[in-house]
Amino acid sequence: MNWTRWSMIGKVVLGVWMAGVLVAAFLVEKPDLGQVGRIYFFHIPVAWVTVLSFLLSSLYGIRYLVKRQRLDDHRAANAATLGIVFCLLATVTGAIFARVTWGAFWNWDPRETTIFFLLLFYAAYFALRAAVADEERRATLAAAYNILGLVVVPLLVFVAPRMAELAGLHPNELLIGGQGGMSPPVRRVFLAALAGFTGVFVWVLDLANRTARLGEALADDEEA
Amino acid sequence: MSELRAWLAAAGAVCAKDLRAEFRTRYALSAIGLFAITTLTVISFALGPFGLEQDLLAALLWVVLFFAAMAGLARVFVREEEAGTAPALRLAAPPGAVYLGKYLFNLALLLMLEVLIVPLFVVMMGLQVGSLGLFALVLLLGNLGLAGATTIIAAMVSQASARGALFTVLSFPLLLPLLISAIEGTRSTLAQSAAAGIWPSLQVLGAYAVAMVTVSLMLFPLVWTE
Repeated sequence: MNWTRWSMIGKVVLGVWMAGVLVAAFLVEKPDLGQVGRIYFFHIPVAWVTVLSFLLSSLYGIRYLVKRQRLDDHRAANAATLGIVFCLLATVTGAIFARVTWGAFWNWDPRETTIFFLLLFYAAYFALRAAVADEERRATLAAAYNILGLVVVPLLVFVAPRMAELAGLHPNELLIGGQGGMSPPVRRVFLAALAGFTGVFVWVLDLANRTARLGEALADDEEA
Repeated sequence: MSELRAWLAAAGAVCAKDLRAEFRTRYALSAIGLFAITTLTVISFALGPFGLEQDLLAALLWVVLFFAAMAGLARVFVREEEAGTAPALRLAAPPGAVYLGKYLFNLALLLMLEVLIVPLFVVMMGLQVGSLGLFALVLLLGNLGLAGATTIIAAMVSQASARGALFTVLSFPLLLPLLISAIEGTRSTLAQSAAAGIWPSLQVLGAYAVAMVTVSLMLFPLVWTE
């Protein structure tokens, strides 16, 4: 089957889907927190994509160390670039949400700590990449740093809840898991938003990765 | 078995070489020692008159230790690169042994730093330690993890430009869980709290040290080989 045509169709479907999600997010009955709760449909999917991109970036890093394909390094960097964008969005939407519901922009609640770690980690990751001139060295060091980050995250998830006295402002049970306080229509829109944002992430990441592959192919041509 | 012994001997030799070089110049030790004293003086100067709560002091102690560590611990590898002795070291010892030797050296540096700075901190800031044994244990476990993370980061940074700033930038996110639980643990060894709920902090500090050293030993050959 013609790949280009499928990807064209996919792109259009994704656009229509996201438009639908945007409209539905403001038209569906209001979530239990009131009008403010509509930020669910943006904040949680964006935070989820941040975690996803972090994992993907680490996995590409590991694959680079095993297979030594320069493309995997580009993929890891692309995933991290998107990650930092989504991480910023999650932090900003979260801070606004926190101001309205808990009274302060920042409380060092466990998930705030974790997202702050990711933000710092991504920033450090790019600082490292910028500081190494040799391409192969850069790829190796960046992948190693990625793996170190992956090791630290589980510990942080364990530690963070004990940091603040007011630990656990975020609702703890998974909202998707049924009784999480979402009425069925709200949950449907929420899941659609989750799928939509993941789709946008996959699409942009794929674009960036294809660009990187073309760049590599061009570089190889020039060498040959 | 003899292989393991040779490996450990190589690590010991790397550490001994660094210690000897350090005692000749005392570069790293004086750098981190003076840095820590400067930070401590600034804190004491600015905050001393206010009679801070003990909880706050536990956090400040780790802030001092963290920044002192950032000032000097990158030296272990940066010095090798600057002096051009890194290739010789690559030939002389297997990568794992190099990591272990440098790790032990950084650990020794941290311990020496604390012997100097912790009593000073207690005297100047009026920290009241409840259980001395547990307090020392938290410090020791914290050092094990701190040295583990900083040694691998030092190896990475020594091959990059803008080393000094980069070292702190790269280390801080990785050290975040360590710092949180070290502060938490130190807090619960103070006089007023009587060791309540120290166990989770010790667990995290121990797990952090083990995880960091293990992963570093796996990653180090990749980072170290040219």
